[in-house]
Amino acid sequence: MTEIRLSSPLKEEEILKLKAGDRVSLSGIVYSARDAAHKRMEEALSAGKELPFDIKNNIIYYMGPSPARPGQVIGAAGPTTASRMDKYTPRLLDLGLKGMIGKGKRTEEVHEAIVRNHAVYFAAIGGAGALLSKCIKRSEVIAYDDLGTEAIRRLEIEDFPCIVVIDPTGKDLYRLTSETVVS
Amino acid sequence: MREIKVSEITGAIRDMCIEANLRLSGDMKEALLAAENEETSENGKHILRKLQENLDIACADEIPICQDTGMAVVFLEAGQDVHFAGGPLEDAVNEGVRLGYTEGFLRKSVVDDPLLRKNTGDNTPAVIHERIVEGDRVKITLAPKGFGSENMSRIFMLKPAEGIEGVKNAILTAVKDAGPNACPPMVVGVGIGGDFEKAAILAKEALTRKADDASELPHIRALEEELKGLINQTGIGPGGLGGRITCLAVKINTYPTHIAGLPVAVNICCHVNRHITREL
Ligand code: SF4
Repeated sequence: MTEIRLSSPLKEEEILKLKAGDRVSLSGIVYSARDAAHKRMEEALSAGKELPFDIKNNIIYYMGPSPARPGQVIGAAGPTTASRMDKYTPRLLDLGLKGMIGKGKRTEEVHEAIVRNHAVYFAAIGGAGALLSKCIKRSEVIAYDDLGTEAIRRLEIEDFPCIVVIDPTGKDLYRLTSETVVS
Repeated sequence: MREIKVSEITGAIRDMCIEANLRLSGDMKEALLAAENEETSENGKHILRKLQENLDIACADEIPICQDTGMAVVFLEAGQDVHFAGGPLEDAVNEGVRLGYTEGFLRKSVVDDPLLRKNTGDNTPAVIHERIVEGDRVKITLAPKGFGSENMSRIFMLKPAEGIEGVKNAILTAVKDAGPNACPPMVVGVGIGGDFEKAAILAKEALTRKADDASELPHIRALEEELKGLINQTGIGPGGLGGRITCLAVKINTYPTHIAGLPVAVNICCHVNRHITREL
């Protein structure tokens, strides 16, 4: 299977070419955020404040790493379940977020917001935290330091492997596979 | 009467937390390798290979297998001829967890109050299940449990009339709902019988059995086998991307129950099914 090389921040014309099931090798900048950081971002927006980073054309990686040992960039760094962020996601997509990396199913509202905003949802291999940490070349906490593992980090990634689950037409790889019966 | 210093318990738990999170037990590794050979889908095979590569990297570079190093679940079987000396036993267990998670560079994933949600900073407290047994030994089983899969676990209070078909249905429902969220291939722990909470504890304990350990009860062994087959026909596959291998094992533990009840608890675990046992 061929691998599509992509760089982040994403370009709309490149996103539009992606299809559910495509294997992608991603390089560039992504931001990690999970439950607690999403809650804070939502509170910031509701209070009329700015988000701690410019999400336009950017990717959020649903991930909270384990601590780095001395000499390591980051600890284990695999994806967490995306559905817990579903409540917050449509608003972020409407503000310009273009991609998400996680694992697991999304709600109908998220599907619609992905289609409406020409965005994409990738899955990384769940439970491969040690392997994926090797694709992270730099990591820096940029907001909500007090949240520990749940702080927002700016990550420089290189050849990070993922797969397109929901493409900008709304096609969902999980739904496609659950329709196939294994003999 | 045999005296055991609680500091020994602390030391053992500390080491077990680190060991379990860096190295998967041999039975689980073999199950993954066997799964790779059986898998026919290209995506599925690819993921199963990557998961084994991940285990090698974790071991070589001392990086946790998964960033969710879990909430520490501890089963403690204490012989009734043991005297624990030197302080409260549960404090000693939690001190072991604290040391393991801080000194072992493991993630701190526990919040102090389920609604106020402030991180305790050291992954304590553990979930501790104690049992008093015969003898003068102490058996500790530690299972760091990730919550991607824990969140997909279910309990069903079936009617006796629903019988074995009801049980199969309940388990399949839980697995299908879990799908890609639980990082398949999964290990499925099932508790049948007892009451509401007993079923759940049985299911968790079932997850600590070795991947190749079949039930001693012929009808339960047959059920474990049959369910593994049924789950592997759902098509969910590794990573939920389609394939044959949706589960690596189904483990069922049972207990007597009430004439009016048939409790079934399904505790879903991912392929990072960490469990380690030590005897003192
Ligand atoms: S479900 Fe298991 S493999 Fe997946 S993120 Fe959680 S602990 Fe890791």
